[in-house]
Amino acid sequence: MSDLPHIFATKPSRGRSLEKGTFWVFRLATYLVLACGLFVFGDIFVKGAGTVFQTSFPFVNTTFLTHSPESLYVFEYDGKKQEMGDTEFRAFREGEETKAKIAGKPAPKFNTESYVYSAGGIWPCIVGTVLLVVGSMTIALVLGVSSAIYLNEYARDGAFVRFVRLAILNLAGVPSIVFGLFGLAMFVLALKWNVSLIAGWFTLAFMVLPVVITASEEALKAVPKGFREGSLALGATKWQTIRSNVVPYALPGILTSSILGIARVAGETAPIMFTAAYVVRDKLPWDVDKVSDFFFQGVMALPYHIYVVSSKIPQNEYTERVQYGTAFVFLLIVGLIAATSIVLRNKLRSSYKW
Amino acid sequence: METPAAPTKFSVTVPASTTAKTGTATTLINIENFDFYYGAKQALFDINLKLDDKRVTAFIGPSGCGKSTLLRCLNRMNDLIDGTKIKRGNISIRDVDIYGRDVDSIELRKRVGMVFQKSNPFPKSIYENITYGLRIQGVSNKARLDEVVEKSLRGAALWDEVKDRLHESGLSLSGGQQQRLCIARTIAVEPEIILMDEPCSALDPIATAKVEELIHELKKQFTIIIVTHSMQQAARCSDKTAFFYMGKLIEYDDTRTIFMNPGNPQTEAYVSGRFG
Repeated sequence: MSDLPHIFATKPSRGRSLEKGTFWVFRLATYLVLACGLFVFGDIFVKGAGTVFQTSFPFVNTTFLTHSPESLYVFEYDGKKQEMGDTEFRAFREGEETKAKIAGKPAPKFNTESYVYSAGGIWPCIVGTVLLVVGSMTIALVLGVSSAIYLNEYARDGAFVRFVRLAILNLAGVPSIVFGLFGLAMFVLALKWNVSLIAGWFTLAFMVLPVVITASEEALKAVPKGFREGSLALGATKWQTIRSNVVPYALPGILTSSILGIARVAGETAPIMFTAAYVVRDKLPWDVDKVSDFFFQGVMALPYHIYVVSSKIPQNEYTERVQYGTAFVFLLIVGLIAATSIVLRNKLRSSYKW
Repeated sequence: METPAAPTKFSVTVPASTTAKTGTATTLINIENFDFYYGAKQALFDINLKLDDKRVTAFIGPSGCGKSTLLRCLNRMNDLIDGTKIKRGNISIRDVDIYGRDVDSIELRKRVGMVFQKSNPFPKSIYENITYGLRIQGVSNKARLDEVVEKSLRGAALWDEVKDRLHESGLSLSGGQQQRLCIARTIAVEPEIILMDEPCSALDPIATAKVEELIHELKKQFTIIIVTHSMQQAARCSDKTAFFYMGKLIEYDDTRTIFMNPGNPQTEAYVSGRFG
């Protein structure tokens, strides 16, 4: 004891070393998770940036973002390797043939290699994904928050309510491909909606419902009982109390659940494979004759496009560009929608502070 | 305000000002043969009690004796708890059985207000807190709402302290002010009866004194039933006192009598501090 500087100095012991050791285990585990995340995002950003950005003005590859997918033609001309999309190539070929005709020379032959979906852009996919996310999250929030309010505020505790909660929990464990098959059986075939936006909306909504219900219930439970009692004691009805004294204060929690839901809904391929997604489609969703046609048309979607370009066609450097570019754009869009949700949540938090 | 009465062998002195008011008291609330159960557990046994109009009645007794339960029965707040049952008896306010089939508990609660033990101002502005009860009834005339806000805050002795910050959050007030805000909120709806469930238990002595002063003012206009753990508070504020023990009503009489000259030996033991 005499070699310690003073009476409150740390006494070295095995217990203390163990404390330090466990601290470092937790810290390293966190850093490992961070490293994996950075690696995944970094890989996509670095490789995708090559497709999405360009060195010349306007620095963003607007073709990629605003055109439909096309086939890519690669050929040699004038000793240089040329890459052209379908429309550009046809115009180019016509131009060369006309020039040759005028000059009296024979029509030039182009030795091309063509790659499907490797040129043009992914605009219809972006539109399709945004539509799918907005529609399915609306349905999920309406159904989910209503269920959460019923289960938390109205339903009496009993065997039935416990059964409902168990069913919702089990729904969370169903694989997404099974949701796809359910959507196919119920919405596409039985209700005869065919492969359509609306079938995709409902399939995705049911998939994300457990998350929304659980998080909304937690948010409602967190609102103090005193708010409800105080309101009822003044002669308010139950719904008046819930509407003006409970739900507004639970909204930030409900929106958090929607942020989680958005990321899932935007990225799932299996549920939309059979219910809403087309491999390729010429028309954009707003090219419809009647308003009702809008809901009953299929769309292209970003995750499905990545799947198609990665597995349905032979792989090469050109398809890799499209894959990473699509993944990059996908992350950007999900990030944007989530950021909007976060901004909205923060605004609500500050106005409904308690 | 208080001149102590002649010293007695009991620990509570009843101020001279706490005498029965002049004029005859009429019965407003009539509780007859009332049995109340939480699920299988009986909480109230054969309660028979007549509570007077425009008087302050205190319910006293040790913890768990059923006084808060009975209070919450008067505005049917116990309906919110699952499994509560009345197996016998009834409670009538102005000769209407409040547990009758055709009674709307919403209408009942507009006439029987409640102030809770832990003050629960809504996280809205002070103005919105007070006008809440009226707005849910459909009142939207701004002039009328402004008038009610000032009247209620004056009635709760809070107007001078908050008149410049009506649009600040109700949660920015101190504990005592929050409880007076809750009282203002309750009287804004102009009930006939105000139920107070240990309103001062979370407050410091100065805030408590302010609320008790308020009760003296309010009893000119409202009938007040107050549940309290503090016998001194019951002695200071109430006209009549009911002593409960283990779910039964032991004694009910003028406050002076209960504290100075109780009839029942159990009451005597409680007020002299020998138990509870």
